[in-house]
Amino acid sequence: MDGSMAERVDYQALVLPYARSPDQDAQRPVRHPVIIVGAGPVGLAAAIDLAQQGIRVVLLDDDDRLSTGSRAICFAKRTLEIFDRLGCGERMVGQGITWNLGKVFFREEPVYSFNLLPEAGHRRPAFINLQQYYVEGFLLDRAQALPLIDIRWKNQVTALEPQADGVLLQVATPEGEYRLEADWLVAADGSRSPIRRAMGLESKGQTFRDRFLIADVRMDAPFPAERWFWFDPPFHPNRSVLLHQQPDGIWRIDFQLGWDADPVAERQPERVIPRVQALLGPEARFELEWVSVYTFSCLRMERFRHGRVLFAGDSAHGVSPFGARGANGGVQDAENLAWKLALVVQGQAPESLLDSYDAERVRAADENILNSTRSTDFITPKNEASRAFRDATLELARDCGFARRLVNSGRLSLPCTYRDSALNTPDTDAFDGPMQPGAPAADAPVRAGGEEGWFLSQIAHGGFTLLCFGEEPPDNFPGIRGVPLRPLLVVPAGAAQRQAAGLPVIEDAAGLLARRYDAGPGATYLLRPDQHVAARWRRFEPVLVTAALARATGQG
Amino acid sequence: MLNTDLNLAAPDDVYEALIELHRDLAPEQSRLVNAKLILLLANHIGDAAVLRQAMAKAREGISPAGQDATLRATA
Ligand SMILES: Cc1cc2nc3c(=O)[nH]c(=O)nc-3n(C[C@H](O)[C@H](O)[C@H](O)COP(=O)(O)OP(=O)(O)OC[C@H]3O[C@@H](n4cnc5c(N)ncnc54)[C@H](O)[C@@H]3O)c2cc1C
Repeated sequence: MDGSMAERVDYQALVLPYARSPDQDAQRPVRHPVIIVGAGPVGLAAAIDLAQQGIRVVLLDDDDRLSTGSRAICFAKRTLEIFDRLGCGERMVGQGITWNLGKVFFREEPVYSFNLLPEAGHRRPAFINLQQYYVEGFLLDRAQALPLIDIRWKNQVTALEPQADGVLLQVATPEGEYRLEADWLVAADGSRSPIRRAMGLESKGQTFRDRFLIADVRMDAPFPAERWFWFDPPFHPNRSVLLHQQPDGIWRIDFQLGWDADPVAERQPERVIPRVQALLGPEARFELEWVSVYTFSCLRMERFRHGRVLFAGDSAHGVSPFGARGANGGVQDAENLAWKLALVVQGQAPESLLDSYDAERVRAADENILNSTRSTDFITPKNEASRAFRDATLELARDCGFARRLVNSGRLSLPCTYRDSALNTPDTDAFDGPMQPGAPAADAPVRAGGEEGWFLSQIAHGGFTLLCFGEEPPDNFPGIRGVPLRPLLVVPAGAAQRQAAGLPVIEDAAGLLARRYDAGPGATYLLRPDQHVAARWRRFEPVLVTAALARATGQG
Repeated sequence: MLNTDLNLAAPDDVYEALIELHRDLAPEQSRLVNAKLILLLANHIGDAAVLRQAMAKAREGISPAGQDATLRATA
C-alpha cells in the first residue's frame, strides 16, 4: 500500500520546506476553525484525526525537521490501534520491531520476566520499537494526503491573545511576521510549551536526582527483540542498564549514571564507548549513532483546557520514560480531543463537552505519572530506606514469587479507563470483565463481508457505534440529530448470510468478541468515536441508547 | 484491624530473635535485613488495610528531620 519509494525516505534528514501562505498577505488576520501548534506526534495525530472527521486544520511548526536524536522508541498497542484508525498503523508495524516480552536481571541472573500480551486474538502486539522520526514521518505522509490539513513549517507562534470566542496569534516566519485567528487552538508545542508560558501557566511536579546516558548504537547483536533491564550488572556496577532493539540495526542503551555524573563529559565518545564495550564484550563492533544525557521529571498542568486553548501531549504533562508513557499518552490525548472538538466545531455538541477532555485526560496523566514515578522511585531510590527496600526486593526475587512482582523497571503504557467520566452511563445491568463504561474497546478477530478482519477496524469510522449482539437486528433504530451513530450487528461465526441486507453485520469469528464483552444475545454497547465504551445494556432499548448518546456528547 | 494487644506466645523469645538477627551487622546490612523482613511479613499478612494501620502506628510522633533526594519542578 505505501509503496517502496516511501520506505527509502531518510526521515531524519528530511527538510520540510517553508512556503508562503496567502494568509500572510491578507489585510486582516485570517480566521480558522482550528489551529494546532506543534507538528510532533501529538499535533500530527490531532490534525489527521480532525481532518478525517471533516474539520479544516492549520498546523504550525517552528522547525523544518522531524524529531532528531534519541527520543521515543516504544509505541504501545493502543497507540498502534489509534494509528490504524488514522490510516498509518500498518506502516508503523511493518517498519517497527515487534515485542511483547520484558526481562529483568539482577547482577547476572534473570529475576523477573513479563509478557505484555499474554493472549492471542489481537491485531496489534503489546509494543513496537520505532524511532520517533519514523513515527512522525509516517504521520506526516498521512497528513499530507489529507487536503483539509494546511501544514506551515518555519511558522513560530511568538505571542497570543486569548479572546472570549477564539485566540489571536502572532506568527514569525522567514519572511516576517503575520497574524492569525483561531476559533480553537490546540497547544501541542512540547514540554517547554511557549504557549503555556505566554499564557502565564505552569506545569508542576518533581525532578528525579539522577542522570541517564542514552546511547543509540549501530551494531549486529545477538540479543532477541525483548526489553532487557539490568539492576547492578557486572558491566555497570551499582546502577541500571536498559536495552532495546530498534529498526535498521540500531540499539537503544540507557545507562544510569547517578546525579553526580558530569552530563557534558559523559556524552564524549571516549566515555561512552567503554561503557558500551563493557556490555557487549571486547570483541563487539559498533558505531555510536546518537548520544545524550538526560534528567527526568514528572509534571503536569493543573488543567488542560483554558477557554479556547487546549493543551495536549508534553505541553500538558511530562513523565520519565520508564514505561513509555510520554508520546503514547500524548497520542491518546489527541484522540480524546479530536472527536469532541469536531462535534463542537460542527455545532453538534456544546462547548462544555471539551471539559470532559480535561477531566478524562487529567485522570489519564495522573495514572501515567503515578506509574512512571513508582518506576523511577525503584530505579532511582530517593533515600536510604527506599534503596534498602529496592535491594531487598531484588534479592528476594530470586526465590520468592511475590517479590518478583514488586520488581519495577517500568510499568509499560496502558490506556486509561475513564472510570468516573461524566460521559459514561453507569451500568444498570450486571456484566463481568473489563469492558466497563470508560474502558478502551478490546480487539478481536471478526469476519466482515466474507473477509477476515479485526473488530477495531470495524469501529474506526470516527463516529459513535451501536454494537448489538444477537441474530435479531433491532428495529426502530435510535439516534440524535447531527450526531453520527452507526449500528453494527454481531452474529456468531457462520451466521452472517442469514441476515437481510440493511444493518452492517460482522461475525464473531472466534467467539472472542462475545467473551471479551461478556455479551449474550441482546447485549448492546454504545462505543464512542475514540473506541471507548460509553454505555452497555443486556437488552437493546432505544430510549436508553438515545439518553446515553446525549450524555456521551455533553448534552445529558 | 491491626492487633496491638499481645499476640505472641513467647514474646521475649521473639524479641531476642529480632536482636539476634542483626548481631554484628553493619548498619546498611541491618537495613537490608529489616527491609527483607518487612517485605516478607507484608506479603504474608496480605491485608493492605492492616499494613497501612501498622505503617501509620510506626510513623506516629516522628516528624521528618531528613530530606528525600527529589527536586520540585516547574516548567
Ligand atoms: C530519551 C527519551 C525517550 C523517550 N521514550 C519514549 C518512548 O519510548 N515512548 C513514548 O511514548 N514516549 C517516549 N518519550 C517521550 C516522547 O518523546 C514525547 O512524549 C513526545 O515527543 C511528545 O510529543 P509532543 O507532540 O507532545 O511534543 P514534541 O514532540 O516535543 O513536539 C512539539 C512540537 O512543537 C513545535 N513547537 C514548539 N514551540 C513552537 C512554537 N512556538 N511555534 C510553533 N511550533 C512550536 C516543536 O518544534 C515540535 O515540533 C521519550 C522521551 C525521551 C527524551
